[in-house]
Amino acid sequence: MRYFYILICCLWLSVTSAEEWEEQKLFKGSSATQTLRLLSSTDTSVFAPVIEKFLLENPTLNIHYFVTSSATVYQRFRTSPDQFDVVISSAMDLQLKLVNDGFANQVEDLLHPDWAQWRQSLFGFTLEPASIVVNKAAFATLPKPQSRQQMIEILRTNPADFQGKIGTYDVRQSGLGYLFATQDARASESYWRLMEIMGSLDTRLYCCSGDMIEDLASGSIIIAYNVLGSYAMARADLADKIEVLHPSEFPNTMMRTALIAQETRLPQQAELFLRYLTSSRWSEPGQTETPLPSLRTASENTRRSIISLEPGLMIFLDRLKRRLFIREWESAVIQ
Amino acid sequence: MNSSGIHVSGSLRKRLAVTLIGGVTILTVLLFFVIRNYATQIAQQSQDSILRASVTSILDAATIRNGDVVLDIPYAAFSMLSTTTDDRIFYAIYQDDTVISGYENLDIPEASARAESRFRTITFMQVPVRQVTASRVLVGADLQTHVTATIAQTQDSLSGTLNRISRNAAIFGAGFFSLAVLLSAWVTSTTIGPLTRLADSVARRGPQDLSPVSKPVPSEMVPLVSSLNLLMARLDRSFKQSEDFIAEAAHRVRTPIATVRSHAEMTLQRVDKEENRQALRSMIRAIDETSRAAGQLLDHAMITFRANQLEFHDVDLVQIAQEIVLRLTPITEMKDVELRLDVDPSVKVSGDPILIQNVVRNLIDNALKYSPSESVIEIEVRGTPTPRLEVRDQGPGFLYDEIDTLTDRFTRGRNATGVIGSGLGLTIARDVAAAHGGKLTIGNNLAGGACVTFIF
Repeated sequence: MRYFYILICCLWLSVTSAEEWEEQKLFKGSSATQTLRLLSSTDTSVFAPVIEKFLLENPTLNIHYFVTSSATVYQRFRTSPDQFDVVISSAMDLQLKLVNDGFANQVEDLLHPDWAQWRQSLFGFTLEPASIVVNKAAFATLPKPQSRQQMIEILRTNPADFQGKIGTYDVRQSGLGYLFATQDARASESYWRLMEIMGSLDTRLYCCSGDMIEDLASGSIIIAYNVLGSYAMARADLADKIEVLHPSEFPNTMMRTALIAQETRLPQQAELFLRYLTSSRWSEPGQTETPLPSLRTASENTRRSIISLEPGLMIFLDRLKRRLFIREWESAVIQ
Repeated sequence: MNSSGIHVSGSLRKRLAVTLIGGVTILTVLLFFVIRNYATQIAQQSQDSILRASVTSILDAATIRNGDVVLDIPYAAFSMLSTTTDDRIFYAIYQDDTVISGYENLDIPEASARAESRFRTITFMQVPVRQVTASRVLVGADLQTHVTATIAQTQDSLSGTLNRISRNAAIFGAGFFSLAVLLSAWVTSTTIGPLTRLADSVARRGPQDLSPVSKPVPSEMVPLVSSLNLLMARLDRSFKQSEDFIAEAAHRVRTPIATVRSHAEMTLQRVDKEENRQALRSMIRAIDETSRAAGQLLDHAMITFRANQLEFHDVDLVQIAQEIVLRLTPITEMKDVELRLDVDPSVKVSGDPILIQNVVRNLIDNALKYSPSESVIEIEVRGTPTPRLEVRDQGPGFLYDEIDTLTDRFTRGRNATGVIGSGLGLTIARDVAAAHGGKLTIGNNLAGGACVTFIF
């Protein structure tokens, strides 16, 4: 009878743990003795080339790669900070908060541009702009928006075409969506006007980029706002169905950031991986390439639009501030 | 006690240098800490004022809407707290005594103590942080409530700034210190300078110069210089008295003896009785001996007196030798002794002519006393390698075991019995030679007879 309960427990545990992760995969080094645990918000397909290249350089390591949404990454890591060695996320504000609250190790002598690191603990390694992605076929007759203002006008003039066919992040669920939304709101009043119009046109809300891009390709939505262009580019199979547009007036560019867990069991190996990420080695052309654009290739122009790594990011994580923002966002988008 | 017999108690120069440098060291250390302390205050004040601005901006954003406290924290509230070292920020918003946002375990000071501890340094999450707290009363339609905002920031940037300032202060202090040390060295040497110059000028004075110091001296040295001048005046007087005394003594002793001798000789002419004449001759010999001893005693006294303050002139040894030989000719002829001069054309030395003359006469006199009849006394004067005068006779010579002691005062050779002498002649010669930086060597010729050399 006891064995039965243990069996039930094991089954339940394995089922729940499998359910908790969007994806998880063990990348094996050719002569691995230790396993580095990566907690990440980046899809496995996008990040796999980066890991594989690292394992070629360091065959003595395995990498166990856990993927979940950026908001969950934050919560999971806060509740069990000893379960992971390296945390990678697109939600810069949440990552910064983790560092501020003492969850990260400092890497003293890692040379990295000042604008791309915080406290020698949080290191940006990609530059990914927020973009507008459209369905090519649907936009054959419509003008393509090059800015938010144009997008507002296009939506206004063609409400019938867009009714129920617009997608964006549900900022209540997606950490990255919330970051983009708050930065947009900071930058311009036109964000709220756009949200109101999108709300009036029955916008569909997504938790993650992947689903949104799939729906774009299938034509169930024809325009998606504030999507990561890099994810769209990653889908080479959809290249002829969708098109990525970058708003010209106030582009928001996000840095994917990584930190080493304070309670890591493999500090040296974690540091090795972080040094690899902050180098440009993973983005060099090879057999398998990642669509992630390296920070090392940043031009002066893109640099200006980068969301800066500063304590101000934590403001929107404030309980009262978040409640206000979500309330306003809901009243605009959900109506 | 050092070699010259002066008790030394420390050095003025050292004392001055130690005092100055010690003072400078204390000042430098003090300066360093004052600067550091001041910098700490300034840096702390600037962090405090930014934290206060941040807290104020948060409180300003608080309003009451529909009976709820609504707080739209401005982005700048945290943005303004950015530092170069990315200091961590913790905050909490309290409504009355309940946390409504932020870090729940970030305590605020008791309401009663809030006025004085609006700024305080505490430990939060195991790190030292600077905390600033402020509160504000919100009045709504049917609600009055206290909203308190507190922000705490780590002090990495502050300590970085302080370290930088400390380093600069240390460099500045080191510069100040070395400059001050150089200055102290200069001050010390200029202060000691007049003293050294005075010592030099006194040491450089000629033997007869006992005049008062006339150069201007710093007022602090006036007592020293005036007593030095007094001392020199007394010394001068005392020297003059000694000179007078010696001259007086010489005169007083010689003249009566000469008178006694002439009386004795006159009496000798007059008496015919052989035994009386014999007695008178003995008397005359004794008088001669006394006269000679008195003369030599005076010479010796004179040398002892003059040796410390010789008056150097150019003296020609050859000329002196020739004059003395000429003067002694009557006596040599009487004794049937030949004085043979063998001299260079001219041998100039720098010395006291009276003393040198005295010695040369003494040496030749001595040779004459011990020379047998029909013998030769050779007098040789040479200019090279060093000026010297040598007197060689054919008398009995010195006993070898006595050579070292013969120049002691009142010491006479064992083989000198029966010859008139005071035992001072060689002593005088040795002292004069030493006073001139030379020496007197005493020995015997290979062929017999004494050989005395006066080397300059």
